[in-house]
Amino acid sequence: MAEAAPTVVVRGGSVVGASGTTRADVVVADGVIVAIDEDADVPAGAVVLDAAGCLVGPGLVDLHTHLRQPGAEEAETVGSGARAAALGGFTAVVAMPNTDPPIDSAAVAEEVLALGREQPCEVLVAGAITLGRRGEELAPLRELAALGIHLFTDDGTGVQSGAVMRRALEYARGLGVTLAEHCEDAQLAAGGAMHDGEWSSRLGLPGIPAAAEEAMLARDLALVRQTGAPMHFLHLSTAGSVALLAAAKAEGLPVTAEVTPHHLALTHAAVCGYDPTFKVNPPLRRAEDTRALAAALADGTIDAIATDHAPHPPEAKDLPFDQAPPGMLGLETALSVSIGALEGVLAPEAVLARLTSAPAAIAGVSSAHRPAALAQGGPLVVGAAGHLCVFDPAATYTVDAHRQASRSRNTPFAGTTLRGRVRHTLYRGFPVVIDAELQR
Amino acid sequence: MSVTEQADQAETEPTIAPRTTIGPHLLSVADLGADGIAEVLRVAEAFAEVERRSIPKVPTLRGKVVATLFFEESTRTRLSFETAAKRLSADVLSLAVASSAVKKGESLRDTVETIEAMGIDAVVLRHASSGAPEQVARWVERAHVVNAGDGWHEHPTQALVDCFTVRQVLAEGAGVAPSSLGVSCFEGLRVVIVGDVRHSRVARSEVLAYAALGAEVILAGPSSLMPASLEGWPVTVADDLDEVLPSADVVSLLRLQAERGSGAFVPSLREYTAGWGLTGDRVGRLGQHAIVTHPGPMVRGVEIASDVADLPAVVVTRQVTNGVAVRMAVLFLLLGADSALEGLGSTRG
Repeated sequence: MAEAAPTVVVRGGSVVGASGTTRADVVVADGVIVAIDEDADVPAGAVVLDAAGCLVGPGLVDLHTHLRQPGAEEAETVGSGARAAALGGFTAVVAMPNTDPPIDSAAVAEEVLALGREQPCEVLVAGAITLGRRGEELAPLRELAALGIHLFTDDGTGVQSGAVMRRALEYARGLGVTLAEHCEDAQLAAGGAMHDGEWSSRLGLPGIPAAAEEAMLARDLALVRQTGAPMHFLHLSTAGSVALLAAAKAEGLPVTAEVTPHHLALTHAAVCGYDPTFKVNPPLRRAEDTRALAAALADGTIDAIATDHAPHPPEAKDLPFDQAPPGMLGLETALSVSIGALEGVLAPEAVLARLTSAPAAIAGVSSAHRPAALAQGGPLVVGAAGHLCVFDPAATYTVDAHRQASRSRNTPFAGTTLRGRVRHTLYRGFPVVIDAELQR
Repeated sequence: MSVTEQADQAETEPTIAPRTTIGPHLLSVADLGADGIAEVLRVAEAFAEVERRSIPKVPTLRGKVVATLFFEESTRTRLSFETAAKRLSADVLSLAVASSAVKKGESLRDTVETIEAMGIDAVVLRHASSGAPEQVARWVERAHVVNAGDGWHEHPTQALVDCFTVRQVLAEGAGVAPSSLGVSCFEGLRVVIVGDVRHSRVARSEVLAYAALGAEVILAGPSSLMPASLEGWPVTVADDLDEVLPSADVVSLLRLQAERGSGAFVPSLREYTAGWGLTGDRVGRLGQHAIVTHPGPMVRGVEIASDVADLPAVVVTRQVTNGVAVRMAVLFLLLGADSALEGLGSTRG
């Protein structure tokens, strides 16, 4: 983005601030917010974006995105994923390291960071905890941290050995970085294709028990207590995990957690027709679990919403259910789905906070970590970065799997009419999405 | 009942034409409901009569093509379907999937679309993955899909064969024609399904079929071989097989699927047999009229003692024989609704 950012006036929206929502225009120039006024003057040559009836918030931050590059460019690239992110209102995504080769070396991390530089959102990178994500020897965490990497995870699998995780936490503590766990005991989950319960029993599909997640979470919480190192927990999916996490937070352990929109919105009953689009890891759970996750998000037990955007090409999802890879798209529908799933539990402004300030803090890119003009996740104040998400809560649209920026089509919401839509996205002051259309 | 009487009955009940439509696919017993099951049994009874003729063949499905697509080998089920299709004069395409395009990386979807493009009318599908027939049914344009067993999920025609066989035995005991019993003979029948329910497609289909017909279904087996959840299942669970055997009308033995790793769910085969095998001692607890079914292949010495397997109460051979008539009925009801009856009418008696 060599050219200078234009002057943009976001006109007539409800600006979501720290102390509530106010009707105001937001003026962005040279990539930063220069004015938030009830009736701002429109400078000559400014781009004016209508935001009547819309919420104007900070750009969203996704803690959990699979961009698939390098290694699976048929599913997604850094570019296609970043475009999908921009359409979803995201101005930053954290690329997961389970690529091929994985992000367990400075060379691969630098490649992905370089690919992310000219995109319509910021591309952050998470590093692997162990070499090859094999759960045996530690990856060069210090070398990766020197590239600005703040989160480390073997996501896709959990670190199976408690001894390896303990060493990783002790080493990470001294670097000031955060380890993030995909909680899944591989032996308990072995062969499983969906939640182990009523529907797996009826459908004759091998199950992944809730205990596979909870057992590793309980182990990791003990290791946090042992080492004092902070940890983040990815895509928690069960009521039992919520209870464990609530106790850990009450005790004062330095832990954070995320939940995905699909674990809030869908249950294992969605698998009833054996459509592999609904195969995801962790699996869709019971309605009791979705309710516990929503309540945990409301009371702060769970900090953030993260997409776990996991593209797979159509041929991979045309396999029998037990053979298809797990994962579903999430970037383009995250905000609409989350607001819908949390209706009656959490107001849209509060949902926005779980997709902005909370994940920005966990990713180490908030205004506490960076100068305001570069920070992600808000707050929207004069001098803050021109990263904006303008969301129309009343608009409805029907998801068309074939008309998305993602290279893949495995959205579980295909054909579903969602309420609320991202209308405009500004990244570094550039309107990268206007009226739900990408601008380049 | 003599052949003449049967023919007389056919005269008074002259049509085999479908009374209830089923389909377009048979993926689960749930697709049929009680009426659909009753219809399959009724039509199968007429086809069983055809089978007793010197030339057991009718032209009902002449010109139709039935493809058997077995991604998991099962000689007996494949032969049963192919025999049924041939007796209905359908052309049979037998695809040896294990050695064909699939090995070269072709997807299930492409395989199915390719054979449908050859103009087949029905796909009889066996697959190791639960739900594969349901997925295939979404992909085909006009072919009918028949589930010949999918993973741990269902094996609907086996459950229909078992119901047909049980009714046949009950009718013989009562000295009446099976068709005269309708499906009311299943009301209140106590059916005990024994063994590896967790991994059994036969068990899932039998539970749906027997329960739909009003039977009382009891599951017995090691709790590690029960499904993770029985929520919504119309069954009760017996902890002790010996307690439920004396009052059982039907005992359905399941195969312990050692090749699927079920052996690891119990300490040893010896312990399994001691608790849940139909041993020589245990068979004495059964009532006089109890019927023992097994979907085959039996593992003698594990779920059933060798001597017990040869007792008259064990109707495994009848199940195999009846398999053809029941599968003829299924193919006929799915494919033959248009061309009903010409052949049967002309050869009756």
